[in-house]
Amino acid sequence: MESGEINMIRDYISLAFDNLKHRGLRSWLTMLGIFIGIAAVVALISLGQGLQQAVLGQFDALSADRLIIQNAETGFGPPGSTAVTKLTEHDLEIISRVQGVEIAVPRLIRMGKVEYNKVASFKYIGDLPDDKEEAAMVYSTMNAKPIEGRLLTPDDRGKIVLGNDFLTQEEFGKDIRVSSKLNINGKDFEVVGIIGKLNNIIFNSVIIMPRKDMKSLLNIGDEMDTIAVKVSSTDVLVDTARNIEERLRRDRNEQVGEEDFTVQTPQQALSAVNTILNIVNLIVIGIAAISLVVGGIGIMNTMYTSVLERKREIGIMKAVGAKNSDILTIFLLESGLLGLAGGIIGAIIGLSLSFLVSFVANSYLGTDLLKIIISYPLLISAILFSLIIGAISGLFPARQASQLRPTEALRG
Amino acid sequence: MTEIINLKKVTKYYHMGDNIVKALDGIDIKVSLGDFVAIMGPSGSGKSTGMNLVGSLDLPTKGNIFLDGKDISHLSESDLAQIRGKKIGFIFQSFNLIPNLTAKENIMLPMLFQSIEKEDREARAEKLLKMVELEDRMDHFPNQLSGGQQQRVAIARALANDPEVILADEPTGNLDTKTGEKVMTFLEKFHKEGKTIIMVTHDPQKALDHAKTIYWLKDGKIEKVTKKIKNKWKVVR
Repeated sequence: MESGEINMIRDYISLAFDNLKHRGLRSWLTMLGIFIGIAAVVALISLGQGLQQAVLGQFDALSADRLIIQNAETGFGPPGSTAVTKLTEHDLEIISRVQGVEIAVPRLIRMGKVEYNKVASFKYIGDLPDDKEEAAMVYSTMNAKPIEGRLLTPDDRGKIVLGNDFLTQEEFGKDIRVSSKLNINGKDFEVVGIIGKLNNIIFNSVIIMPRKDMKSLLNIGDEMDTIAVKVSSTDVLVDTARNIEERLRRDRNEQVGEEDFTVQTPQQALSAVNTILNIVNLIVIGIAAISLVVGGIGIMNTMYTSVLERKREIGIMKAVGAKNSDILTIFLLESGLLGLAGGIIGAIIGLSLSFLVSFVANSYLGTDLLKIIISYPLLISAILFSLIIGAISGLFPARQASQLRPTEALRG
Repeated sequence: MTEIINLKKVTKYYHMGDNIVKALDGIDIKVSLGDFVAIMGPSGSGKSTGMNLVGSLDLPTKGNIFLDGKDISHLSESDLAQIRGKKIGFIFQSFNLIPNLTAKENIMLPMLFQSIEKEDREARAEKLLKMVELEDRMDHFPNQLSGGQQQRVAIARALANDPEVILADEPTGNLDTKTGEKVMTFLEKFHKEGKTIIMVTHDPQKALDHAKTIYWLKDGKIEKVTKKIKNKWKVVR
């Protein structure tokens, strides 16, 4: 392009901009549809990506060589705790003998009423196995390291280790430190250590208690809520999971598909979560698309009205030498600018909104898990998209304007 | 004298429902370069249609229109726009300034469509505003100007591309006598500087006072043509 043409376009843009400015309120209202759409897309996609990362972070914390077996549940609660028939020593033995299983550890996870500084709250309590090797596996699964004090050993009695949330949240109105005493279901326990922050939300809020203490405190017999399995290598994970399923099924005399237990691999859990997140994303994009179409129709409507209202102005411009293409350009630029401005404002609002949501969510949960991921390709394509919607919406009105006969237009 | 505009047996019909209205019925108008022509007639005489055709805002149903020797009767709307932008400046009864542009920007507009650089457009617009004695109203919007001032801005706009012809449609129709006279003074001034002026009016006195050639229209036909020769009006056709 010659510099002359570039200058012309610059002049036409400033003319189009003047026209929009002149109709201030209406221009803003017209852009509303576009910027709601773009804001929704940007906010929801940014949040969605942040959410996905946060959720995937939970699974990072789980080692890839672990399986969890639990019985079918009847309600909501800590994993395995609401199962009608509990897993038994018998099940544990079957599982231990499956090829590929290196170690199988029964786990207990329950809720307990915790009192401190006269404030009561219900918390997850997880057991620490009696066996040293099994205890080590629990710690390594959690990736737990003490940030204050020490970890529990299976021989400790009346002592507990706390997740990181107890350190950072002020739920009890008074700091909890090593050697603080927490009353759990009526019995005092001494805090010997606090675990460093982990990616997993549940791990951060859990209380770890020696199994013997937990069994006597909560009157638990020989039952177990879940069985955690470490396989000999990640290569045999899927096979081992299938073998465990088969053995348990045979033992319980159950048909395929009628099992009253589940063997969960990290991948399974991950793909289930991913599927849900993808569906959420699709719904979000669908809603946003509708909003953008409505926004585009809004622009078209405004531009048609504008053509009618400015008939006389079009006539004047034609009388003073505007070609059809000049009028077309000016009207297209106006609708394009409406789209562009709507897109930019929408992107800014969307980003602010997602930062706000993540801030509120994070301060409510007391974590920094939900991080907003600013995707520049997303922002740029959202803004470009709204520019294109604006231009397309303006196409027909602009054509109509450009083809007005000057005498007819001048009559107004 | 060279003819800048020449209408040959021009007819313009309008369809009004099932009726055909003969707005102009075979008229001949010749405008010589440097002349001051008035097209006179009561309303309904076809003078507005005539002005649209003379100004190349519209095309005839039959007949030919020559602008500067070129037949424009069959040109496309965009070609017409380019030609009229360059060769004809319009002044309308209702001023027809664009409301969201300042006085200066209104004058710059015709030059924009001729792809003239912004700096040159600004300089020319300022010069023209000075000529119509409105240099202190440069950045005023039309609604901040009186009628007379708006019409002077319109005159300046008509001169923007330095056209040969200025076409004025009832230029004083919306003005009181005094401001109207001032507007006419400017038209006279530019005429003396060499512009060809064509004025459409229903007021015979205005035509007699300012024009040198008068086409008297009635019912879509030319009743007579008079010329001022040595300060005396003579019927030439």
